[in-house]
Amino acid sequence: MAVAPQPRPELLDEALAHGGPIVVFDKVTLAFDEKVILDEISFTLRTGHTKVFLGASGAGKSTILRLMLGLLKPDGGRIFVNGQRVDDMTEDRLMAVRADLGMVFQEGALFDSLTVRENVGYKLFEQKVPWDEANRRVEEVLGFVRLAEFIDRKPSELSGGQRRRVAIARAMAAKPRILLYDEPTTGLDPITSITIDEEIIKLRDLEAVSSILVTHQLRDAFYVAEHMAVREGNGVRFERAPAQKANEAEFIMLRDGRIAFEGNASELREAQKHDPYIEAFLS
Amino acid sequence: MARVIDVTKAGLLELQEYLRMVGKAARALVTRPFYYRDVVEQFEIIGIGSMTVVVLTGLFTGMVLALQSGITLDMFGARSMVGRLVSASMVKELGPVLTALMVAGRVGSGIAAELGSMMVTDQIAALRALGTDPIRKLVLPRVLAGIVMVPLLTCVSVGVGLLGAWIITVTQLKVSSGVYWNSVVGGLYIQDVWMGLIKPFFLGFVIVSIGCHVGLRTRGGTQGVGRATTNAVVASSVAVLVVNFMVTKFLIFLFY
Repeated sequence: MAVAPQPRPELLDEALAHGGPIVVFDKVTLAFDEKVILDEISFTLRTGHTKVFLGASGAGKSTILRLMLGLLKPDGGRIFVNGQRVDDMTEDRLMAVRADLGMVFQEGALFDSLTVRENVGYKLFEQKVPWDEANRRVEEVLGFVRLAEFIDRKPSELSGGQRRRVAIARAMAAKPRILLYDEPTTGLDPITSITIDEEIIKLRDLEAVSSILVTHQLRDAFYVAEHMAVREGNGVRFERAPAQKANEAEFIMLRDGRIAFEGNASELREAQKHDPYIEAFLS
Repeated sequence: MARVIDVTKAGLLELQEYLRMVGKAARALVTRPFYYRDVVEQFEIIGIGSMTVVVLTGLFTGMVLALQSGITLDMFGARSMVGRLVSASMVKELGPVLTALMVAGRVGSGIAAELGSMMVTDQIAALRALGTDPIRKLVLPRVLAGIVMVPLLTCVSVGVGLLGAWIITVTQLKVSSGVYWNSVVGGLYIQDVWMGLIKPFFLGFVIVSIGCHVGLRTRGGTQGVGRATTNAVVASSVAVLVVNFMVTKFLIFLFY
């Protein structure tokens, strides 16, 4: 049994083909006590596209990812993932939805007590995928993030950048169609950050994964939006994406629980000329 | 007044969340999947891991009990009755309660620290995101281990305590072995044995479930983990004494 994406009904598969609405937020509202975190937020992530969420700390960026996974419930509005409404789902039913979502947490959130192999293959071992098959997939994804030789190490023996890459490998191991990245490059040096960015681009362009990237590292956000991965022999080459491809990466800037800007990379650069907040953020 | 209301509300909220966690763990017990490996692992960590501390506690409690009761009984010329006194107090109260308190210190704090660290480093969220229910994977195995291992540890503690008391009785009080052991058996009624065996099930459950609850409610980084650890030990130690009183009262009503 090869590791394959979660099966979907044929009609849904057709509706959610490239460009289809794979994640939809419809007027989602969330408040903690008196503080409004998200105020009627609506957006659509299309299959194979990238959505980049920008905003200051505490603007509700990570909250959006947690809502998508069903780790938090909204106070109002509707959330659809893979054609299923998740905001009112029970925890048991959410487990099936989560099978098609991979999440890279801030700092990686790797399980300290498990080795890299057990971390990366966690979902496969849980799903009782035959050991050989699961192990092959673990080696494959670790090769993808160029960490194959670290397979039997414990997370504590890895550097910050390596831990994030293992986290990406863990998130992609079960071949989810959607990957969520929660500040994957925060606290990393520029060289390591580019490595992580390139993994995100590779997954999007070579594995057709739809991605949501939450960050306040603008350089990484623009790099992911404006570059593409191309297979070249046995390797992969990264080059500047043509305008049409770059348009598939959309930016959303959150401010005080609302969407302050929505558009592509060049529109964001243009907007900073008129909006002092965006200008302050981009400068 | 407002503060009293706030504290009451917070207390009730904790209780509600605790009961919800217990309810979910109970449901996880009768539904799939069941993590056998984690259960066995916890049996070892909680049971075998606590053995040394429980043996030492039992041994010295038994020894000091023999010494003290020897002095008191001497006043009535009843030194030979020392076994009766030691067995009754070890089996009914000291064995279960002291074992539970030691396990609360060692295991309750460990669970709260482990789950608390997992909580603040997002590992619990990662577990859920990977499709695993943390209650099934982390709470249920620990609770089962607590329910099974604390009674066993109590038996060991009582056994070692009686041995410790025997050593003191024979070497210090100069009472013969036969007299001591006869007195030990003579001092015990079957109701006492039942009481000593039943109570640790409740105490084990309380210690571990409180540790898990406090761990899973941890917020606020490493400082929060420290707070959770302290809270778990304090809450489970007090709960051990309260639950011990309530179960004792109920069992006295039932047996005597």
